[in-house]
Amino acid sequence: MAQLDVRDAIRKGLLAGVIALGLSVIGMVEAFDQRDVITDVFSLGQLLLFAAPAVVGFLVVKGRDIRAYGPALISGALAGVFAAIPIFLLLMLTLIYPGLRAQLVNVSPTLIGILTFGSGQIVGGLLLTAVMGVLGLVGATTHVIPDRISDPLVLGVGWTLLIGVLSEVLLNILRPLLPRGVLRFLFGTKGITLVTAVILLVLITVGIAWWRAQGRERYQKRIAARSAVQVANARRTSLGAGLLLLLVLPFILGTYLTEVVDNVGLYVLMGLGLNIVVGFAGLLDLGYVAFFAIGAYMMGILTSQGDLGVGGISFWLALPICVATSTIAGIILGTPVLRMRGDYLAIVTLGFGEIIRVLATSDLLKPVIGGAQGILQIPKPEIFGFTILQPQHFYYVILASVFLALFISSRLRDSRLGRQWMSLREDEDVAEAMGIHLVKTKLLAFGIGAAFSGLAGAIFAARLSSIFPHSFNLLISINVLSLIIVGGMGSLPGVVVGALVLVGLPELLREFAEYRLLLYGALLIAMMLRKPDGLWPSPVRRRELKAEEQEKLMMQAEGLE
Amino acid sequence: MPLLDAIKVTKRFGGLTAVNNLSFSIEKGAIVSIIGPNGAGKTTFFNCITGFYQIDEGDIVFDGRSAKGRSPDQITRMGISRTYQNIRLFAHMTALENILVGMEPRLHSTWLGAIFGLRSTLQEEERALDEARELLNFVGLTGKGDWLAKSLPYGDQRRLEIARALASKPKLLLLDEPTAGMNPRETAHTTTFIKQLRDELGITILLIEHDMRVVMGISEDITVLDYGEKIAKGTPVEIQNNPRVIEAYLGRGAAASATIEVAS
Repeated sequence: MAQLDVRDAIRKGLLAGVIALGLSVIGMVEAFDQRDVITDVFSLGQLLLFAAPAVVGFLVVKGRDIRAYGPALISGALAGVFAAIPIFLLLMLTLIYPGLRAQLVNVSPTLIGILTFGSGQIVGGLLLTAVMGVLGLVGATTHVIPDRISDPLVLGVGWTLLIGVLSEVLLNILRPLLPRGVLRFLFGTKGITLVTAVILLVLITVGIAWWRAQGRERYQKRIAARSAVQVANARRTSLGAGLLLLLVLPFILGTYLTEVVDNVGLYVLMGLGLNIVVGFAGLLDLGYVAFFAIGAYMMGILTSQGDLGVGGISFWLALPICVATSTIAGIILGTPVLRMRGDYLAIVTLGFGEIIRVLATSDLLKPVIGGAQGILQIPKPEIFGFTILQPQHFYYVILASVFLALFISSRLRDSRLGRQWMSLREDEDVAEAMGIHLVKTKLLAFGIGAAFSGLAGAIFAARLSSIFPHSFNLLISINVLSLIIVGGMGSLPGVVVGALVLVGLPELLREFAEYRLLLYGALLIAMMLRKPDGLWPSPVRRRELKAEEQEKLMMQAEGLE
Repeated sequence: MPLLDAIKVTKRFGGLTAVNNLSFSIEKGAIVSIIGPNGAGKTTFFNCITGFYQIDEGDIVFDGRSAKGRSPDQITRMGISRTYQNIRLFAHMTALENILVGMEPRLHSTWLGAIFGLRSTLQEEERALDEARELLNFVGLTGKGDWLAKSLPYGDQRRLEIARALASKPKLLLLDEPTAGMNPRETAHTTTFIKQLRDELGITILLIEHDMRVVMGISEDITVLDYGEKIAKGTPVEIQNNPRVIEAYLGRGAAASATIEVAS
């Protein structure tokens, strides 16, 4: 039977403590402390800090599956206490050696204030240890009390905190709808008020508990009892509702949030393009930003009313030219790398991306594209005398483009060309032996992928009214590639989900901006370990996972016989 | 005129001559085998025929046209298809998708047609899918069309690979050790199946095979390679009694007394 494992608890506790220490020392805790989750009670920084002991308390028991009170609670508390030790040592170090900040810039008085609850290093340190111990205990407790109570409670706390973290978004949406007094009551100055938090916690917990106990069954019964017509109707209704929601979204979200959504949309567009190259055809392209830049610059040159504008044509006339130019660029850049595979392809395309960026800043092309000063005075697009000015207006242009790209992607995926791409990804030699023309197939992938990116770039240029070469750095290529991986290679909904997670979330939590790459790194590692196929894997990959499960089941069954 | 005529083919890798001055031909409708010890150049010769390797000297004439200097996809389109010694299916695609890829040389729809959903494109896809299902039935994989290739059992994978090769309606089918790794029952089944391919579909078949029961059982003509050179050619009976063949397989000492053991 499961016994108390002191060493395991200490080891995991210390590991969590080192993570908490790391987050503190790099300044994340302090930066996130600016944002209150619950007004004047609990900040995002504290959430970050105290998540470590609670989670480790949970994990230390989960890993060993202890159901008895004694060992579970002791190991949880122990892990929590040990999670505090690294930070406690840091606090002691600041006492002995006050000049520490010269080496660790982020160990500021503010941070120490956060870590010690403002009560001095020794008292505060002990207090922190006690709090973390209790949190470890709480984490462990969830295993001991019955699931029907602990599950809703954990989810309730989680959702409440999430709503607190995203309170700014809610506030933005609700501001036009509710009177100021109610908003003040619900949201306070930052985050949500304690009252709101308690109400939310109770509502969500009770709601989930009810759902688990009764609601789900009733719902499933009702679902099962539906006729085919009703099912079809329900599907049509939900589809219509979803579409309607997408259409009115900018009115709900307001200017700032729509701007965020616009950004996500542009990344979705690029993601869909790169998904064709990397996800479908398996050609690892790290210079994808080049086509985005080409689309943007082309739009700038063709429509700008400044010194550099040569065309002076309208946005709508320029748009297809931008897309065509990017496509041609995709084909031109694709031609020399036709014979390359895998790592070599990645490195060469990386170089192409850099060449485009360097060219954009170079003196050579300065008379044409403005060098570091970029291109200014790009007019906003007009349609039937109406100027597309605000993010809310651009939203519809982007939405239409995303739908177009989704449509083309899905049609191609299920077509003969889609199969050719897939076989190319699987085994290039055999694909060729099947009669597939490698050059044509690869160039189509590069070309169509570049077209989507060029479209995104053209819209990007018109939206910002001016473009600068520093907007087109390597990081964009990496962002786009990351969002495909996080969403699920080759999966169309995965691209959307990936963009929401990797582009949308950091925009909402501006404190994240500085730590965006850290977030990417941590998220990618976590994904590789836990969900290697992405958040929303493509159907085939999913089927394969299912097949593997079946295989395991079959093997188990055979073993039993 | 033979269907395939390899004339004095030589293929070198640096200092190593993998195939040396090899002349070889197959008549239409024949089942012919190439045998030889490991490293004799059999698979290399396959790779030369299918355009994977460019030959250094000589010429390969298929169906009256030279195949020399053509790329693998062009050669497949001329009517040669093949299977691989170590199964090379598209592992993460379904069985049906594998066959559909094999059908490539006979498909004509374009990607623009797919985007716009042209009727001709949809009809072609429909027809292709029907035909792929038929092929699946033909090789005995009925109902397994949605399986991923890699999750099929070994024997099924071999059969799927043959189905994929058949999908292009080839005139000549190259089978590289089709019974490798099979048990005697599966081997017997595959042997019958290969005969059936020739008898029912009229496909000319060129085999590389190590299992002598298969080779002697179905080949009408056998060519023996050793160190890239042809050391013998003839009917199964002639080959079994050829001292040079025995020497190549068993060594010089054994050649004097031994004969290749062949189960009748």
